[in-house]
Amino acid sequence: MPEPMKPARWLADYGMILVLVLLCTFFSAVTYSEQSLTGEVAARQVVEAVLKAVPNGARVLVVASDQPGDAAFAARVERDLTAAGARVLASATGEPRNAREAMQKIQAAGGLLDAIAATRVAGGWRLITDLASDFPSLGSPRVITPASYRWPHFLKSENLLNIANQIAVIAIVAIGMTLVIITGGIDLSVGSLIALAAVLAAGFIRDQAGGVTASTGGMVLGCLLAILVCGAIGGFSGLMITRFAIPPFIVTLATMLVGSGMAYILAQGQSIYQIPDSFVWLGRGADLFGLPNAVVLLLVLYALAQVLMARMKLGRYLYAVGGNAEAARLSGVPVRRVLLFAYVASGLLAGLGGVIMASQLKSGSPTYGNMYELYVIAAVVVGGTSLSGGEGRMLGTLTGAFTIAVIQNGMNLTNVESYTQKVVLGLVILGAVLLDKLRQAR
Amino acid sequence: MSLPSPSVPLSSTNPTNPPLLSLSGIVKSFPGVWALRGVDLQLNAGEVLAVLGENGAGKSTLMKIIGGAHAADVGSLAIDGQQQRFQSPQESRAAGVAVIYQEFNLVPALTAVENIFLGQEETTGGFLARSQEREQVSALFQRMGVEVDLDAPCRRLSTAQQQLVEIAKALIHKARILVMDEPTAALTSHEVEKLFALMRELRRQGMGILYISHRLEEVFTIADRVTILRDGGNVSDCPIHAITRDQMIERMVGRPLDQEFPSRRVTRGGPRLEVSGLRRGKAVQGISFQVHRGEIVALTGLVGAGRTETVRLVFGADPRDAGEIRLDGQVLDIRSPRDAIEAGIGLLTEDRKLQGLVLRHPIRENFGLPNLRRWCRRGFVQHLRERAELDHYIAALRIRLSNPEERVGNLSGGNQQKVVLAKWLARDCEVLIFDEPTRGIDVGAKYEIYLLMNELVAAGKSILMISSELPEVLGMADRILVLHEGRITGEITDVAHATQEQILQLAHA
Repeated sequence: MPEPMKPARWLADYGMILVLVLLCTFFSAVTYSEQSLTGEVAARQVVEAVLKAVPNGARVLVVASDQPGDAAFAARVERDLTAAGARVLASATGEPRNAREAMQKIQAAGGLLDAIAATRVAGGWRLITDLASDFPSLGSPRVITPASYRWPHFLKSENLLNIANQIAVIAIVAIGMTLVIITGGIDLSVGSLIALAAVLAAGFIRDQAGGVTASTGGMVLGCLLAILVCGAIGGFSGLMITRFAIPPFIVTLATMLVGSGMAYILAQGQSIYQIPDSFVWLGRGADLFGLPNAVVLLLVLYALAQVLMARMKLGRYLYAVGGNAEAARLSGVPVRRVLLFAYVASGLLAGLGGVIMASQLKSGSPTYGNMYELYVIAAVVVGGTSLSGGEGRMLGTLTGAFTIAVIQNGMNLTNVESYTQKVVLGLVILGAVLLDKLRQAR
Repeated sequence: MSLPSPSVPLSSTNPTNPPLLSLSGIVKSFPGVWALRGVDLQLNAGEVLAVLGENGAGKSTLMKIIGGAHAADVGSLAIDGQQQRFQSPQESRAAGVAVIYQEFNLVPALTAVENIFLGQEETTGGFLARSQEREQVSALFQRMGVEVDLDAPCRRLSTAQQQLVEIAKALIHKARILVMDEPTAALTSHEVEKLFALMRELRRQGMGILYISHRLEEVFTIADRVTILRDGGNVSDCPIHAITRDQMIERMVGRPLDQEFPSRRVTRGGPRLEVSGLRRGKAVQGISFQVHRGEIVALTGLVGAGRTETVRLVFGADPRDAGEIRLDGQVLDIRSPRDAIEAGIGLLTEDRKLQGLVLRHPIRENFGLPNLRRWCRRGFVQHLRERAELDHYIAALRIRLSNPEERVGNLSGGNQQKVVLAKWLARDCEVLIFDEPTRGIDVGAKYEIYLLMNELVAAGKSILMISSELPEVLGMADRILVLHEGRITGEITDVAHATQEQILQLAHA
């Protein structure tokens, strides 16, 4: 018997993951550049260097600029040096002028400096490099800064988390879209539902929960309400499709227009921003090992969806309905209920996406989610789900979403302008589908 | 009747002339399967060659190689002694080959004329020469002695008429080799006669016809020669008069066949399924019958008599206008197939591909579909139980497959039918409805399915069977109900002494 070509098959099945890895490698290589440590990690290194240079009772000035992590750097250096027996005469964070004031004070008090612990940026200030001529009376302190190293800017953890956070909305909405497309349908309304949910949640908080002084309960209630309304609209689409046999494309085209219009009416065409600062917890917060909350939510939802599709009866039914609805019905599958589930789930997830977006931007506007249905469909299709239904995988969709995000992020880092980005993205979608066709042609 | 003469010299009887079509040493493999392992075949001009074989013997693959849909791995194909290597159906068509598949290649929304000229439209100055096309087609149909509505979209034409459109397409394209896959499967006996008359006329004019069929009686009526395939190779090639029906079967199956229908001895129990006053529109106009425990009841009649429609009502696949369905005396409120399955009724549909299976999905998932509820804990499928039951049925039904995760569409027709059967057996239904259980299945697999049906009734189950093949009805049923235009027009209880003529009389009412 001729053996099936296994390596080729594997390559085709996991082709998108390979493409994603290649893209990451490419952007890593392109953005490979000089980096320096920041924050507490940098602090630890600098403290060690100071203690090594001046072992006993060093008199130290700590200087940091105003970049993220610099305050933490300064605080940590001061604490650790003091604990190790050194004397921190002053700690200046912010602009060069803050450092100058600190030096003038030390000079006025007749103090001497053994070392200056500075962040990489602060260590490069003219004030510090020209210290010997400006403040000769301070002695000749050693300037100690964190060591530099070479590392791809793309692969820095902040950037990777940034990618994940930016794609969170699209990736979460794409879960619902994958369900719908596996049943052989399509849901064009998700972009509008994102806007509607954002406006509903923000509007509820402003008008019913007390605006900027709203309580957590009020905010949660507003979000739940927004998500449920979107689920109900998804259910309405599902009913139209199952009871009256109107094609999903038409039904969701209609609900797309209705949803968008409702969002504009409710918001009266304006942005709603009278929201408490704590509302950004979902979109910008990071509680678990520094992972953004939206990304944690995304991972949890994908895990659940994967289990649903691979292990549960409902998942099997979704595939069967998409593969051959009549054969499924004659096998006792409740086809209408299964379809209804897919559209309700898609609506709910679009609503959740809208709430996350409102939280990320700390406002609700009817312009949110514009064209998102197309990006979401692109993520699903790039992930290898067939638009004819019956086939597709959740993890494929996640790969697809990340592929799109990585391309956008990588092009941003390498200063590709946004018009060119669109062209590239379009070609990538085409390439991904081509890859899938080649797989099926086996 | 005179048809447009194919552009070959009439019937080249001279044996030194190369045959019209000649294949030698054709090998074709697909991932995991050898479809053909060196097939030789010759078709002469002015001859009808029947190609026989069980499902999976390689007939379809061979046909697709001739039609250019597949390319052979090894081997040569020659037309008039000229080597050909078709890379596409277009190339094959250009060389004078026309293939009529079981599923017709017609665009349902286009008319007969549009379909016939599709891809080869006649134009004058860039515009379609519609009246010219129409005249040509209408003249052709006239010479063929048939009537087809030229303005109706093809989806409105009957199966027989659609087939005529396919044949007309071949003639307009000046085909010299006509390949037909099961051309009579969906025709009434009257339509079959007309088709055969047409085929004889084409043969007289020098066309070579390659004809694939499971209906051995017809092969004796129409074919000049038979080629028999088994497991991807030739096992026999001889003139029709040099072989008997039993020899054909034995060579197809590869072992002597004692009997076509296995015997059984079952005592009939009390009534199980009772249907009364079933109605839906014009198709079903008040049908009542009973099926007892341990009994096989056959529902027969002409195509369109309302047989499939009736069982679909029993199964809840269509809503009924009126009628009562009882199971073991209990009235059932069946509104959907789900209700029927819940009550213990299973339906093996007539059309496996469209209604019975999700072809692109794995065998295991198809098998599991009606049974998931039994294997579920809090919505989670218990894969091990599913797999264990599947393995049991694969062994019990002798389903030939390489891997339960492969697409069910890759299996041969007989094995696909066994998968359908397995999924309902696993459901442990009390009443099983078999709609054309052996359609498109080879002789060996048919016998196995008959054995299984016997085992089921021996275990006290009830079977309601629809079949158009009268020998099968007479061979398998305990009782025969004949339908005509939505009504039961006769019941035959003494099946042992019944004849096909008797059934046909009732079927024509």
